[in-house]
Amino acid sequence: MNTQVIADQMNKDFVLAVEGLTVSFDGFKAVNDLSFYVDENEIRVIIGPNGAGKTTVLDLICGRTKATTGSIRFKDRELTTMKEHEIVRAGVGRKFQNPSIYEDLTVFENLEISYPKGRSVVGALTFRRDAAVKGRVHEVAETIFLADQLDQRAEYLSHGQKQWLEIGMLLIQDPELLMLDEPVAGMSVSERKKTAELLNTIIKDRSVIVIEHDMKFVEDIAHKVTVLHQGKILSEGSMAKVQADPKVIEVYLGH
Amino acid sequence: MTQSGRTFFLRPRDAIGIVILAVLLLVILPLALDNFRLQFVGKYLTYAFVALGLVLCWGYAGILSLGQGVFFGLGGYCMAMYLKLEASSVENTKIQSTPGIPDFMDWNQITSLPWFWEPFRSFGFTTLAVIVVPAIFAFIVGFAMFKRRVGGVYFAIITQALAAILTILIIGQQGYTGGINGITDLRTLHGWDIRTDSAKTVLYFVCVGLLLACILIAYFVKSSKLGRILVAMRDKEDRVRFSGYDVASFKVFVFCLAASLSAIGGAMFTLQVGFMSPSFVGIVPSIEMVIYTAVGGRLSILGAIYGTLLVNWAKTSFSESFPELWLFGLGGLFIAVVLLFPNGIAGLWQTYVAPRLGPLFSDKPKAAVRTAATPPASPSGPVAPAAAE
Repeated sequence: MNTQVIADQMNKDFVLAVEGLTVSFDGFKAVNDLSFYVDENEIRVIIGPNGAGKTTVLDLICGRTKATTGSIRFKDRELTTMKEHEIVRAGVGRKFQNPSIYEDLTVFENLEISYPKGRSVVGALTFRRDAAVKGRVHEVAETIFLADQLDQRAEYLSHGQKQWLEIGMLLIQDPELLMLDEPVAGMSVSERKKTAELLNTIIKDRSVIVIEHDMKFVEDIAHKVTVLHQGKILSEGSMAKVQADPKVIEVYLGH
Repeated sequence: MTQSGRTFFLRPRDAIGIVILAVLLLVILPLALDNFRLQFVGKYLTYAFVALGLVLCWGYAGILSLGQGVFFGLGGYCMAMYLKLEASSVENTKIQSTPGIPDFMDWNQITSLPWFWEPFRSFGFTTLAVIVVPAIFAFIVGFAMFKRRVGGVYFAIITQALAAILTILIIGQQGYTGGINGITDLRTLHGWDIRTDSAKTVLYFVCVGLLLACILIAYFVKSSKLGRILVAMRDKEDRVRFSGYDVASFKVFVFCLAASLSAIGGAMFTLQVGFMSPSFVGIVPSIEMVIYTAVGGRLSILGAIYGTLLVNWAKTSFSESFPELWLFGLGGLFIAVVLLFPNGIAGLWQTYVAPRLGPLFSDKPKAAVRTAATPPASPSGPVAPAAAE
């Protein structure tokens, strides 16, 4: 009982506590008895070879995939039993691997939809584009370098700009836990630099989980690195520690 | 433009479009056509309500329903039940073995009015039922399917099946529904004879008035944030879900709205044509209604109205001379629209005509061209990474 109390108190300090998480697809365990903890304001990078289960972990946290067993606690709320939109409303934001934006809408409208107000049917019908909404959209557009493209249909943006727009859509939600799936993939060198800059500004005052392959980028931003391999944690710790780990070199970095 | 935050939900060019349509329907057509032809237009316009619902449901939200005839029929039958009860007063039916019930019930050896017919003695209840009954039905169907994330072609097939089922049910339950003949011999509304020419003219104007009101409702929905969420859902359903929206409830809403709009059309059909039968409920009429929308332009509220009028006008003129060829013509038309101009008449207007009329009528030219060239509503979600990565 005593240990239970201690464990509970430990859990409370973490923004996210993943424990014993397993998901099995027809017997194949994509994530196998995984446990990890993310602190407040921590930037956690998940790396690992293809098929290690990185994206599945994010899918599990945001409710897109249902866990077979295990628990995911976010600020003392159990996420595994919640619906996707409830998890978002609880404060978890997720960016997809490919830019996932609404091509038929303008940049302004893309950001406006992500503004955390009027999320019910009635709310959306009566939603008014007031000064607060406009101000916030402009502020975010400024941050993501798209202030002069607000009236542009999103399909005309470049690949990098689309990634920024999606990051902006998350930013306007102001989530406490932000999950980014390969935010710099497919970007040119200059776009990548700008994105790193952008991420450095938006990750302040929130916890972030990032999946990334770009080691230079990981080094720049990570507080702590988790290496996944075949659905399990291979190594965890600071970038230097992980890079020196012979197991990690063998399965991942050595390639 | 988009940032200016219109305080009014109609853009100037939408308002102009509605006024032009109103003048056409309320002034030009009544003056230009004789009573007989005007009644035809009135009948066509009842289908325009369905097309309007399909623009919101299919065009904007990407939910293709091949069973809108179900809702058209439910609305029409609700109205027909009221009118039939009024026509079946005791003195009108004294030769029956059970006077006071509809004639087809008497023929089917039914001796008392079924319980679910009883409330349709009240006109207030009937009016409410026309809108609410189809909405409840759509809610049950929509809730069951959208919560389970049934969508795309599966949803279309299920709605199609519903149209078939309801037709079979109506035909099979002859004693309660009038069977294959439908509910016929409707005479008066609150004692007002709806069979006279003057009554039909009045009903035509009522129908136009209701249609214009429904068009305004559709524009209001389209221009609200809900309208933009529907478009967003059509494009990237998962992104909307992971922006904190319960996607299913928005789909249920738009499906119910489309159902209620269709039902108003059905009720106006019964009033103007004077009967309702299963032939307006089944698969064929449901698909025809989708074709009206496709020809007019599934992304255009006004386009769908013109599409309905044009296709029906063509149907009437064609089937007067070549009745057996009409269905082939309709099928050919549908294929041509899908292949050659996926955004229908409205798409052609946006691409070729509107840019010549100046900035009041057109979007930025680049956007207009692209809109016409890219058919939306691809059901593919975002990324969908393989399960393990």
